[in-house]
Amino acid sequence: MTITDTPVDNGVNTEALLGARQALSEAPEAAAFTWRARCRWVHGTHSTSTIEGFSGLGAEHQHRKAFTFEIDHPEVFASQDLGATPVETVLAALAGCLTAGVAAVAQHREIQLRSVTATLEGDMNVLGILGADPSVRNGFEGIRVRFDIDADASSDDIRALVAQSQKRSAVFDIVTNPTAITVEVA
Amino acid sequence: MRTTAVIIGAGQAGLAMSRRLTERSIDHVVVERGEIANSWRTERWDSLRLLTPNWMTRLPGRAYNGPDPDGHASASEVAAFIDRYSTAISAPVQTGTTVTAVTATGDGYEVRTDRDHWRCRAVVVASGACNLAAVPPVADDVPPGIAVLTPLTYRNPADLEQGGVLVVGASATGAQLAEEIHRSGRPVTLSVGEHVRLPRTYRGRDIFWWTDRAGILDERHNEIDDIVRARNLPSPQLIGSRSGRSIDLDTLADHGVAVVGRLVGIVGDTAQFSGSLPNICALADLKANRLLSRLDEWAAGAGLEGDLGPPERLPPTAVATSKPVLERDLRQAGIRSIVFATGYRPDLSWLRLPVFDRRGRIRHDGGMVDDAPGIFVVGHPVLRRRRSSYIDGTVRDSAELSRLLHSHLDRRVQVGVR
Repeated sequence: MTITDTPVDNGVNTEALLGARQALSEAPEAAAFTWRARCRWVHGTHSTSTIEGFSGLGAEHQHRKAFTFEIDHPEVFASQDLGATPVETVLAALAGCLTAGVAAVAQHREIQLRSVTATLEGDMNVLGILGADPSVRNGFEGIRVRFDIDADASSDDIRALVAQSQKRSAVFDIVTNPTAITVEVA
Repeated sequence: MRTTAVIIGAGQAGLAMSRRLTERSIDHVVVERGEIANSWRTERWDSLRLLTPNWMTRLPGRAYNGPDPDGHASASEVAAFIDRYSTAISAPVQTGTTVTAVTATGDGYEVRTDRDHWRCRAVVVASGACNLAAVPPVADDVPPGIAVLTPLTYRNPADLEQGGVLVVGASATGAQLAEEIHRSGRPVTLSVGEHVRLPRTYRGRDIFWWTDRAGILDERHNEIDDIVRARNLPSPQLIGSRSGRSIDLDTLADHGVAVVGRLVGIVGDTAQFSGSLPNICALADLKANRLLSRLDEWAAGAGLEGDLGPPERLPPTAVATSKPVLERDLRQAGIRSIVFATGYRPDLSWLRLPVFDRRGRIRHDGGMVDDAPGIFVVGHPVLRRRRSSYIDGTVRDSAELSRLLHSHLDRRVQVGVR
């Protein structure tokens, strides 16, 4: 058997990312992005969110196509279960963000990934959202993320990948830290 | 008045440069706003001791030669050491002279002070990296009635009212202040962001024995992967003490300090802490153990195994796995004071030259300010090598920067002759 020295390829263009980091450090106004979502009520607790465009690099951009997300609540909540719950969508977003980070950091550190699976659980006491106990918060009491990663790296290097991914994750930051929200009625 | 070079600041970095310029017969003056070693005398808390052992207290042509090479100097001992050095090298220091502006002239720079004005061809900025406390914007939201301090205003626990204290930041400074304030009977909550964990001793030797001998302190600024990050890292969680003890989040928690995540907001009376503490600790644990592996590799390669204890790894930070505190009502918790140990920055407001980046930091390449040839910076963290963050760094930094300053002067002369 021969061992060939194939370059690490996780499908992440780190040169482009590093180039962007350099370019945007010198042109901070281009680094200001605005992300958008639009949500339309359908019926009951069912709504459809659509994501199409965003702005950044000093211009408007369109996704390759409009992405839609059906959002609803399950039948145990007397709903029709026509989509994932909003809080499950948050778990999905967190998982997607951390997983993208694992791939990008692995590419940068020249670690070949073979498989990455993230399993997330968020615990919630629904007495909060039901307004039945004012001492219970509405949101998650805690979120557990388990990564199963098969890669050409030591266990400590894999742990470091996952730690660095959390450090650079937007959704991890959004979930762990407060964000100011303004809501207006048109 | 005219001179060739003006050195601003008579601390360890400025005096090391003075000695080098004297060796090269470069005419210069050292202007100092207060006394020699002013920051060590007036801007440090009472119990401060150097993180580095005495044997690392070295300046060009002089090293500690007292009876306790493994001890840690107090701020006043450091000030006395620097004072004796200034006398020994006959440094041309003008104390009590505050620089008000440095501006460009046709052939060099003008240094205006509250006494004399100097025209010169080179300026060495040696005014320190820790003139101002870097306090996060959340400090503006501290409810009235709670005292706000920084390490520049804190002297000892008696400065604080009786009652709880929130210490923000877990660098060497934050960890040390948390420990001494908690011991004074004022219960401390320590808010922890990114930090650097480091054992005081490893395999029976002081950590600086390792980083000094293994060449880690000599990694140069242009060899370090992310120099901006390296220069802005919090100082390692260390304390200089007779017992040689380590200080980290778990030792503090064992004393009863409540460890919480990064302070991310204050709404009304409620302080909010980030839920990222477990990851922040995991990053610090992994990084500390990576360093220890590297030291083990070096020791094996250097054939030192026989002289050392067995290799070890730091256990994961235990406090990170306990139930996290995400918010705390400051009044209900009895917190009377908040100490922001969130870093320092230099005060270069008098440097009227286009040499700052958009975040207000001076741009330099290993101390050479390319945007203003003839301006040199000394005494900043990781200026030319990791060692630059310590007094010991002045030895080689000043040797190299004085050579660069000299060649700057030579270049200028050649241009003039032609």
